Amino acid sequence: MSIYTRLLRRLATTAIIAALPFGASAAEKTLTIYTYESFISEWGPGAKVAEAFEKTCGCDVNYVGVADGVELLTRLKLEGDQSKADIVLGLDTNLVAEAKATGFFAPHGLDTAALKVPGGFSDDAFVPYDYGHFAVIYDTETLKNPPRSLKELVEGDPSQKIVIEDPRTSTPGLGLLLWVKSVYGDEAAAAWAKLKDRVLTVTPGWSEAYGLFTKGEAPMVLSYTTSPAYHMVAENTERYQAAPFSEGHYIQIEVAGVTKNAKEPEVAKKFLAFMTSPEFQSIIPTTNWMMPVAATKDPLPDAFGKLVNPQKTFLMSSEEVAANRKAWIDEWLAAMSEN
Amino acid sequence: MSGAAERRMTIAAGAFSLGGILLFVALAIIALLAQSGGGDNGAPFDAYVWRVSRFTLLQAILSTILSILFAVPVARALARQTSFPGRIWLLRLMALPLGLPALVAALGLIQVWGRQGFLNTILVAIGLNDPISIYGLFGILLAHVFFNMPLAARLMLAGIERIPGEYWRTVANLGMPSIAIFRFIEWPAIRGLLPGIAGLIFMLCATSFTLVLTLGGGPAASTIEVAIYQALRFDFDPPRAIALSALQIALTGALLLVLKILAPPPLEGETTGKAMRRFDGVSGRSRLADGLWLILALVFVGLPFAAIAYSGLQADLPRLARDAAVHHAFATSTTIALLSAAISVGATAVMIRAQQITSRRRQAGAAARGFAGTISASTSLVLLVPPVVLGAGWFLLLRPFGDVARFAPAVVTAINALMALPFVYRVLAPAMATHAARTDRLAASLGIAGFHRLRWIDWPPLRKPVLMAFSFAMALSLGDLGAVALFGSQDMTTLPWLLYSRMGSYRTADAAGLALLLGLICLVLTVLGTAGENGRREGRDV
Amino acid sequence: MNSPASVSAAVSLKDVEVRFETTKLTFDCVIPAGQIVAVAGASGSGKSTLFNVIAGFEEPEQGAVHIFGEDMAGRLPAERPVSVIFQEHNLFAHLDAATNVGFGISPALHLSAGDRAKVADALKRVGLDGFGGRLPPTLSGGERQRVALARALVRHRPLLLLDEPFAALDPGMRAEMRQLLRDLHDEEGNTILMITHHPDDVRLLADSVLFLDRGRIIAHDTVDRFVERRDITAINRFLGRE
Repeated sequence: MSIYTRLLRRLATTAIIAALPFGASAAEKTLTIYTYESFISEWGPGAKVAEAFEKTCGCDVNYVGVADGVELLTRLKLEGDQSKADIVLGLDTNLVAEAKATGFFAPHGLDTAALKVPGGFSDDAFVPYDYGHFAVIYDTETLKNPPRSLKELVEGDPSQKIVIEDPRTSTPGLGLLLWVKSVYGDEAAAAWAKLKDRVLTVTPGWSEAYGLFTKGEAPMVLSYTTSPAYHMVAENTERYQAAPFSEGHYIQIEVAGVTKNAKEPEVAKKFLAFMTSPEFQSIIPTTNWMMPVAATKDPLPDAFGKLVNPQKTFLMSSEEVAANRKAWIDEWLAAMSEN
Repeated sequence: MSGAAERRMTIAAGAFSLGGILLFVALAIIALLAQSGGGDNGAPFDAYVWRVSRFTLLQAILSTILSILFAVPVARALARQTSFPGRIWLLRLMALPLGLPALVAALGLIQVWGRQGFLNTILVAIGLNDPISIYGLFGILLAHVFFNMPLAARLMLAGIERIPGEYWRTVANLGMPSIAIFRFIEWPAIRGLLPGIAGLIFMLCATSFTLVLTLGGGPAASTIEVAIYQALRFDFDPPRAIALSALQIALTGALLLVLKILAPPPLEGETTGKAMRRFDGVSGRSRLADGLWLILALVFVGLPFAAIAYSGLQADLPRLARDAAVHHAFATSTTIALLSAAISVGATAVMIRAQQITSRRRQAGAAARGFAGTISASTSLVLLVPPVVLGAGWFLLLRPFGDVARFAPAVVTAINALMALPFVYRVLAPAMATHAARTDRLAASLGIAGFHRLRWIDWPPLRKPVLMAFSFAMALSLGDLGAVALFGSQDMTTLPWLLYSRMGSYRTADAAGLALLLGLICLVLTVLGTAGENGRREGRDV
Repeated sequence: MNSPASVSAAVSLKDVEVRFETTKLTFDCVIPAGQIVAVAGASGSGKSTLFNVIAGFEEPEQGAVHIFGEDMAGRLPAERPVSVIFQEHNLFAHLDAATNVGFGISPALHLSAGDRAKVADALKRVGLDGFGGRLPPTLSGGERQRVALARALVRHRPLLLLDEPFAALDPGMRAEMRQLLRDLHDEEGNTILMITHHPDDVRLLADSVLFLDRGRIIAHDTVDRFVERRDITAINRFLGRE
């Protein structure tokens, strides 16, 4: 079986390489992009993006995928100066300050003023490529009157449960924490203490939460406004919908940046520019299930027209998040752990 | 080769394996500590840590006690009712939970015990409107008992089966009532194994992460492992991660030590190797009681699997079967599982043998005792070093040698082999002790050594425990997501990784199909692992 | 159903048949009460199976087993008037000698002060006065067998099956044990069946001999007649007369 022979050879080379002080040499003009795993999975945007970019740049795109955006940053910190990354794609706005503090990123020098990101985002090192708003997704078959505001979610019937993610271990979890903080400010702890009774459970990551939700364990889950698009496009069902909240929604913006040690800085910068082109932006919606930040070649699928379009967008600066995250998580822990 | 040379070689090999393990762990920790640059992030042990530690201990102790309380009657029923219909399949089923990624197990349990689960649907149908809630301590305990009761029962069963066959005849001849048989014969055999079993379960529960968070209902239910994960991933604070790991090891180590001191030494009955046949457990009442326990175990362990299978069958299986990514993940997972199981079983067997040889010398010196003690301790405590710490440490170590992704298969294999050590040790150590007591002198006097000893003396009686250990180790490796995450590269996709990845991209049906596939692979493994238990017992004394 | 002769018989086996995968054993015999009977034969000849059938560890496919005139069909080992002692592992290694003997009085180990006195007395009778607190691994092979014998004593079963009880003992110890067994037999008046490989045991202890060969009882004679027989090769071989 060819897969086995390949794998065995890989294991063998691993053993041999481990004994040698030198690794393999790099191919000519290869753009190495660090990203999260779902970006490069077979249905993700990765392959199409690489194909489209390789046509214009005369280079090879090489992806390195790790679990998620947070892992991406951990990986960079572990690798330090020796990172092979030319581009890091997939950090979110909350991680930007921490990422910049590492000093690994170079200014991109692009004009991003034309990009359409709700609430606006501009940074000298990072370019946004898509965004999504956090939202409570509900099951229309089991929940007839979904909450119309965060206040209604907090104060509503405790027997109608929601599954949320843990801010200590997941991005959406942190998103909800910041959302509640943005709306409630100093009253956030009291809001959490009230919401607590509605929370069925707090999962370590999005997958567990969404799995529980689709198994019917709870009629609501914390996810993205774009989640219903997947169900409409891929599964042809309108069963799962996002609940628009009158206060507004917290946003998650995904960004990419060029590293200081990039071996191909020119190609890398070209990629960042390509990232906001209609070519790239057209791939994003139905592969990454996020909203494009610039014009697409073709109109978005109908499903995207039916999505909740938040009237107000919350976004805290990543410096503020970095400075307060620990205190806010402690506050959350205390409120959620009370009996 | 002379016997003495062989003994020296075995000791050397054992010392080498032990050294390898310690070095593997130590290097990772040193690398991580060196990386951090000494930034002081305040006292690592704040009120939060203590609260989390308290909960870790509480849930782990309760989980351990419940798993064992449930396992004792199940093991006893399995031992007594050798002709219970489908007994061998029940045994195989009981090896399966080990191979389940936590997420899959949680979803399977929820389909049975959850708010919309099978059980609550029945309860609601019969008019109860306040169904059982799995979320909270109850759910955590349930999940941990689901994972560990079968493990405990199988280890206890192996212990009961090592009781000399003559005992059962004497028991039958004396007409000892079943309660006395339990108290005087079975319990002493189980009791000797309890520190090991309880320690293993305790460690597994103490380091539990996904299950505790998902089923815990809120952050009040968090383990130290959650804090370690948080420290390393979200805060990138290696010294804190390591301090917390050390705390985890210290707390658990202290508890294991207490267990060891309190518990009596294991009972080593020397048997003549005659096939065991029991004469008790034939009365209607014991049959009924045993049958009920076995059915309870079957339902408890089986239903979540049935739920997983049911969900899996809803997936587009033919498409998955043709999916190249699935083929690749399957090949990667099975290869890693095979290699890590082989390493784990091989290293453990060598270490146990070396332990036996050094401690049997008439004057086992302090060095020999230290050696034997280190082996026992390291085979237990290694489970407490979080894979995320090992992975990160080795990532740093290998970084200077080129693309780290190249080393991923080797590191993941090594970490999996390490994780399986405690299981393998607990399966092999008692079996090898009994075997050595039976054959060492004879083999030595006949001068049977080396390959011939392995082939003719060791393999036939040890085949069963070795296969069992091997299938345990493989299942563990198959279900592990652990270290792969950090190394992630396009070529290194394991089945759990693929499963999580599909789940993370809304492909829940695919994930369910993959869970079914994982379950089936584990089933095949345990069928291999229990090979030889089915056959008619030979060697009856005519 | 019982013939007058079998009423005074300790054991009566009629057309008893036990089948294994490749072999079939058939037993037919009547053993008078009150005797010491040596059971001999090459290994694999069916001695242990014969004991298993009598003790109830093995249910015959066919035939009737009577012990002291009673049909044993369907009776559990403990419900038969039989005590059994094996070559080894008669004692539970993790329980002390007195406890092991105590099981002979109460299988659930509910022992009164009087029972404990009986246990102590039984140990005394087998020459192990004061050994009650010792754990089996600290006793010699002969001492362990004496404890097993003490347990048989307190059980008071009229039929005692001994499966090579002295096989692991040295000649001096064997002689002692033979004497002890003889004395106890004289006091108790029980019936003893003893599997042995030693012509000495046959000559010095037994009243009669049951000789098995390839799954059948081929001779049942008094010791005097048995040692005189020259017609059967297997017996000649057993007695060392090739």
